[in-house]
Amino acid sequence: MTGLLSMLNPGWLLIAVGLVALFLPVRRVRQGLTIAAPIVAILLVSMADRNLNLLTGEALGLEMVFYRVDNLSYIFGLAFLLAALLNAIYAWHTDDRLQDGMSIAYAGAAVAATFSGDMMTLFVFWELTAITSVFLILRAGTRAAYFASMRYLGVQILSGVLLLAGIGYVYQSRGDLSISAFTSLNEPGALLVFIALGIKAAFPFLHNWLQDSYPKATVVGAVVLSAFTTKLAVYAFARMFPGHDALIWIGAVMTVFPVFFAVIENDLRKVLAYSLNNQVGFMICAIGLGTAGVGNALALNGASAHAFCHIIYKGLLFMSMGAVLYRTGTTKASELGGLYKSMPWTTVFCIIGAMSISAFPLFSGFAAKSLTMTAVGKEGYTIVWLMLLFASAGVLEHSGIKIPYFAFFGHDSGKRVKEAPFNMLLAMGLASFICIAVGVPAIVPGFGYEWLYNLLPYREEAMAYHPFTLDHVLTQMQLLVLAIFAFVMLKRLGWYPPEKPGVVLDSDWLYRKAGYGMATWTGTVWQKVGPAMSTVFFKLTGRAYERIEDTFSPRGELARGGLASGMAIWTAILLGFVLLLSFVTTG
Amino acid sequence: MIDLLLDTAPRWALLHAPALLVMAPLFLAPLLAILPSGRLSWLISIFATLFALFCALILVGQVQASPVGVVGYDVGNWPMPIGIVLRVDALNSMILLLVASIGVLATIFSWPTVKAEIPERKHPLFYSAFLVCFAGLCGVAITGDAFNLFVFLEISSISTYVLVALGAGRDRRALPAAFNYLIMGTLGASFYIIGVGFLYSATGTLNIADIASKLPDLAGNRSVEAGFAFIIVGLGLKAAVWPLHQWLPNAYSYSPSFVTMFLSATATKVALYALIRFLFTVFRPEFAFEQATFTYLLMPLGLAAMITCSFQAVFQTDVRRTLAYSSVAQVGYMILGVSVGTVAGVSAGLFHLLNHAMIKGALFMAVAGVVLTFQGTTIRDFAGLGRTAPWTMTGFAIAALSLIGVPLTAGFQSKLQLGYALFDQGMWWAVVFVVFSSFLAVIYMGRILEAIFFRPPINPRKSRKEAPILLLVPLWILALANIYFGITTELPLGLARDAAAAAFGLEAF
Repeated sequence: MTGLLSMLNPGWLLIAVGLVALFLPVRRVRQGLTIAAPIVAILLVSMADRNLNLLTGEALGLEMVFYRVDNLSYIFGLAFLLAALLNAIYAWHTDDRLQDGMSIAYAGAAVAATFSGDMMTLFVFWELTAITSVFLILRAGTRAAYFASMRYLGVQILSGVLLLAGIGYVYQSRGDLSISAFTSLNEPGALLVFIALGIKAAFPFLHNWLQDSYPKATVVGAVVLSAFTTKLAVYAFARMFPGHDALIWIGAVMTVFPVFFAVIENDLRKVLAYSLNNQVGFMICAIGLGTAGVGNALALNGASAHAFCHIIYKGLLFMSMGAVLYRTGTTKASELGGLYKSMPWTTVFCIIGAMSISAFPLFSGFAAKSLTMTAVGKEGYTIVWLMLLFASAGVLEHSGIKIPYFAFFGHDSGKRVKEAPFNMLLAMGLASFICIAVGVPAIVPGFGYEWLYNLLPYREEAMAYHPFTLDHVLTQMQLLVLAIFAFVMLKRLGWYPPEKPGVVLDSDWLYRKAGYGMATWTGTVWQKVGPAMSTVFFKLTGRAYERIEDTFSPRGELARGGLASGMAIWTAILLGFVLLLSFVTTG
Repeated sequence: MIDLLLDTAPRWALLHAPALLVMAPLFLAPLLAILPSGRLSWLISIFATLFALFCALILVGQVQASPVGVVGYDVGNWPMPIGIVLRVDALNSMILLLVASIGVLATIFSWPTVKAEIPERKHPLFYSAFLVCFAGLCGVAITGDAFNLFVFLEISSISTYVLVALGAGRDRRALPAAFNYLIMGTLGASFYIIGVGFLYSATGTLNIADIASKLPDLAGNRSVEAGFAFIIVGLGLKAAVWPLHQWLPNAYSYSPSFVTMFLSATATKVALYALIRFLFTVFRPEFAFEQATFTYLLMPLGLAAMITCSFQAVFQTDVRRTLAYSSVAQVGYMILGVSVGTVAGVSAGLFHLLNHAMIKGALFMAVAGVVLTFQGTTIRDFAGLGRTAPWTMTGFAIAALSLIGVPLTAGFQSKLQLGYALFDQGMWWAVVFVVFSSFLAVIYMGRILEAIFFRPPINPRKSRKEAPILLLVPLWILALANIYFGITTELPLGLARDAAAAAFGLEAF
């Protein structure tokens, strides 16, 4: 029995539950299912044997591996399942079949993709994450959300199409589709796959869909969205492109540039979206350092640990902002402030999330990020190291201080609302617990950060690493204290960008404004020139059509003269031609 | 399944399958001619074709089981160079299987249309002629003797002329069509026999395998080259290679519906088989003159057929003529595949040959249904039939999509294989022609489909009138086969690849 169960991809279980939930009208039963499914799934994963193709199949002449667990996929899958559990608890107060079903199916697709052993299966679930997640944005019901979701869907499908094209090339050159690392970007299909993953991971200039859509999603939707799509891409990068130098620089740029946008952005959920981008940058950078197999095991460990912690604390931050949105109806910094009086628990949980993301010692971010920082320092990429350092300060600035400060402290907005519903608090509390639990030193061996390190892909190296050394703690504290000092100074002197309402245009200006203008302009021009051109065109085609009809129609040239009566002649001509050919070629 | 057949078939059938396959229909034919009842002769024809299918399946099994991939049969126990041998390898076992299965389906569906189109007293004679034609086609495919091949070719052709002429009951233009076909067909057969004569004068033998073994020593022999030229042109005419196709559109449009269906799926295919047999087994692509023929003659002709006949199909007003021109265009695809001169090319051509037989069989069966119920074959007559005869027309539509080459249909798969074979030899420009010709197919089939499904019936009194069940069942078997083989190509592609390998004299894949 257990043998059979441990062969079932837990992602499929979640997708199945999602499908059932879509049609299940009884609210509590449905929500009970969505909570129970991740728990069962976690049990299933922990039972599964490692490094074995547990479930295979064949379709379209391809060997498909539906379920394969190893150390790398295990930690990502576990984080996804934990996130699914927290999300389900967080959604307890809503009554929305579509949202419940799609959230759990989306999580399931991400898990199934993580545990897939070949690229075709990966592609299928890759697309499924896109299709299921779009409903979470659409469900917000606003006009802006509708257009954002369509843009989102377009970009996600584009990523899927590129991935499929890449897979095609890979299949042609390798002859099989098992997931293995690319040795170079010049390999056939590698670049296509790279770009496809890059879109999902929101690389610089491919990132706009994220800031565009996440803040417009529903309260629960934003929490759910923050966990899966980008981290799935991170996982895929860790699988297929570990140690590619390009990733180091892309990751470093990714950590730095969102800082500027995040600092001046007014919508706090959009700030979180930018900081999500910045965090993924750390992971991408770490993957760029870690070569497959041996090499710098520290870096891949760092990426995995960071992804794990990040899923939890970013979820926590989105949850707290969701609670604020749920109670006050807005997340604009300019309309918020002073909420700590009415929402004390939410404030505490938000601060815990903020401290985790800022990598305060004793919080999960510290345990994860110091792995990456050490790896970068060890490899001697000084500039990258400095960029990451700057980005860390930036994280503290916009996520660590700005979010709690503008929402819960700052100038009093005068809003007096109820505390968040209990289920939200419970979900946030659990997330906070995980944030602290994996952040504290391993006073009891095997707990604290060691529990997390135990799960990492390269266990021995991870266990040999100690985050709580004097220089780590000192460096981090210096950085944090200085950043806080800077914030206080700027605030005092009035230089900190004030919380002003407005929209920050990112490079999506290119296609949302310039591209739109271009399209309108082309449309106008076409309206003017079009008729003239179509007259010319139709005249030309009309004439061509007449010529073709003259030749080929039943009354035409071919049927009437030339060929029809002269078939006997044609036999003779062809005979003569073949004879001539033989004569010439052998003559 | 074939193993089961080999295990359970009686010993005489296993031993004499090659001879029985041809002889059973051939000897039943005169018996039919003296039968008083048309229905009885129809039943006997079904039996004869079924028996031939049974033998063909046995042969396929025996060829696959045989270590050398060849089943030989000495007629009258006379050994090879002296007597006539029947020689079956993967290539002709595939063709035999095709002819026999199409024969079975065609005979089953024939009764309603024959009853409607042929005068009653001629029914037994009609079936008698059909069986002779069937036996002749099987004989061409099975024989291992070049002269014997000519004899069977003439047997099948002469009975075909009769069958085509019997369409005069419905349309008097069948008579000139049959006469035209007779002249042209005779010309083709004469060319062929002249070619065989040249070969005989050079090699002193008529056995195909024997000729093949002696030819390499005769490099530069002028009579071999002359023989080659005559045979190519003669068989090319029979296979309706452009521009030697002009007997075909008339013969297909005016003959009885059943004859059109049967001929379109088998006759040109068998001639094409003979052409492939001579191009690759008797002569070899290594011969310089053959290579030149591929490059400068067959490939341009194939491309020209694909384009011009597709254009001609676009402008036809009669559905059967559209399909007839499309057939010539499809022969162009096969010739193109053959002219690549590689195993991949020939297998793509043969694969398309199989698929095209299924496609055109289904299409002409559906047309026969319309002729039966609505007495019309112009595109105008088809208007609105999607509502009055949904089953017949859906079958037609599936086959039409397959002809166009829509993914998930058999037609797509064979065009894909053809594309691969062309790309392998760096002839991507030829792929452009294939795509363009498919685009023309979209137009000419699209016109008909548009009339069927989107236009109101021209005669509103035409109420719901489906073709009889005897016709629908074979039609849907072929239509579903089009989809099935569009999804899993293992069986037909395997047959085609083995056949192509056999044509080159290689071991099976």
